[in-house]
Amino acid sequence: MVWGVVQFPGSCDERDALRACELSGGEARLVWHEERDLGGVDAVVVPGGFSYGDYLRAGAIARFSPAMEAVAELAAAGGPVLGICNGFQVLCETGLLPGALLLNESMRFVCRQVELLAEGFGGPEAPKSLHIAGERLSIPAKHGEGRYWAPEAMLDALEANRQVAFRYAPGQNPNGSARDIAGVRNEAGNVLGLMPHPEHAVDAMTGSSDGLRVFESIAAGALA
Amino acid sequence: MLIRPKEGILDPQGKAVERALPALGFEGIEHVRVGRMVELEAEDPARLPELCEKLLANPLIEDFEIESIDGA
Repeated sequence: MVWGVVQFPGSCDERDALRACELSGGEARLVWHEERDLGGVDAVVVPGGFSYGDYLRAGAIARFSPAMEAVAELAAAGGPVLGICNGFQVLCETGLLPGALLLNESMRFVCRQVELLAEGFGGPEAPKSLHIAGERLSIPAKHGEGRYWAPEAMLDALEANRQVAFRYAPGQNPNGSARDIAGVRNEAGNVLGLMPHPEHAVDAMTGSSDGLRVFESIAAGALA
Repeated sequence: MLIRPKEGILDPQGKAVERALPALGFEGIEHVRVGRMVELEAEDPARLPELCEKLLANPLIEDFEIESIDGA
């Protein structure tokens, strides 16, 4: 699998994302935000950072970049798209994912390891070992605007459609997210947004390699 | 354009401002909401609502108002 990692001015986690894609067994290359053609990329990571300075609202300007038009086309064709942190904000602003990410309830930037509970994974083609639903993953979170919010009716629909992909474990919600939601999928299941950073937890040397499971699962088609 | 968080959405900035007021002697002030204002000059204001919906505001979480000042 060839991964493309989108790089905007202000992205800062693209190197770790490239490494995570490679460690999960794929190839990976950067996609500059002005590239309109993804050229043979099978899956995309929209990484964390502060795209275009996060001016106006986090992710609001990035959605108009040529690379995001190409990402929207890949998503519409069923290609896997993973947005992490700022990438999650970009996917929400683009309308590829439901809901929005608001200023943390505490008004503070949060930077700490959190435990996530995986839900709703388990595509029919994926090997059973990569169905991560029910697993508890230890992954770092670092964000100032990570409070997931959607109207109550939308939250109910997300739960009914199994679109909640990750929740913070009980007592670990770092930002006041509605219903402890840390990550959501689109209705088709091929677009995933996640606030904490699996790409920073791919090597036991840094305390946890649980993040690799997310990349391996996506590569194996376990997202849907 | 005046853009503010929708009613019913927790606004931590507004809360923080509200909590600071009594210490400064401002009593009886509540329901503080912090939004933002965008000033611009437009030859044709007809498309400004669309501009707000597509970029300046996120209609899921924010309300906006447009105020025109002619010949400013």
